[in-house]
Amino acid sequence: MTTLSERLAIRAPEDIVRVRQIVRTKAAAAGLSIVDQTKIITAASEIARNTLDYGGGGEVEVEGVADQSRVGVRLTFRDQGPGIADVEQALRDDYTTGGGLGLGLGGAKRLCSEFRIDSKPGVGTTVVLARWK
Amino acid sequence: MDRIPILKFGYSLLVTIQVDMHDQLAMTLQDDLTSRLVKERARGVLIDISALEIVDSFMGRVLNNIAAMAKILDAVTVVVGMRPAVAITLVELGLDLPGVKTALNVERGMDLIRASVEDLSAADDDAE
Repeated sequence: MTTLSERLAIRAPEDIVRVRQIVRTKAAAAGLSIVDQTKIITAASEIARNTLDYGGGGEVEVEGVADQSRVGVRLTFRDQGPGIADVEQALRDDYTTGGGLGLGLGGAKRLCSEFRIDSKPGVGTTVVLARWK
Repeated sequence: MDRIPILKFGYSLLVTIQVDMHDQLAMTLQDDLTSRLVKERARGVLIDISALEIVDSFMGRVLNNIAAMAKILDAVTVVVGMRPAVAITLVELGLDLPGVKTALNVERGMDLIRASVEDLSAADDDAE
């Protein structure tokens, strides 16, 4: 069963704060431990910033998931930006095109139970993150 | 515009981050701290992050920048009150805070600043 999902536009830096707040609420409601909540909120913050800085803005869907096999939260970030030409390269820790520390994607992946990137150059990028109890 | 208050205590500047900062607020804090360091001739910066629920790579970079600028301006930076869950997450994220000293609480943080300033003055005396 998936509980009601919430969608949020990511258009400005203030929206990253809102994404963190919604993820916190959903993760707490799903019964994740403080450490797991902190991990998924941090991962969400990294990916929301990518959506804004590299994807030119987009949206996130935040779902609480509770079925027989798993309980937790799933986040789907979508943008219609330039896309990522080489996803493997983008996941490497030292790789950055934006002057950041280059930890965003690879770091976020390590903080999640599930992590998937679907990106097409010129079409956009979808990143799915989940943290299960 | 929103600002994080900076307090002066002895030769140190104290900052308590009480809100979930958006990026611009963090950048403003970085700039404000740098100018206050010069204006007050402060020797230490103590940043209390006990209210922060997460530190992501952006915030980590801001803390690193503050420490690097403070170092150039002859001041030491101590971050105190990091929550255990934040510490665990930082390690997994792969974020390193090379120039930032850390302490468990404000009291120990102030001790660390005092010790480091006294060490430096002792070294100066030796050199004379």
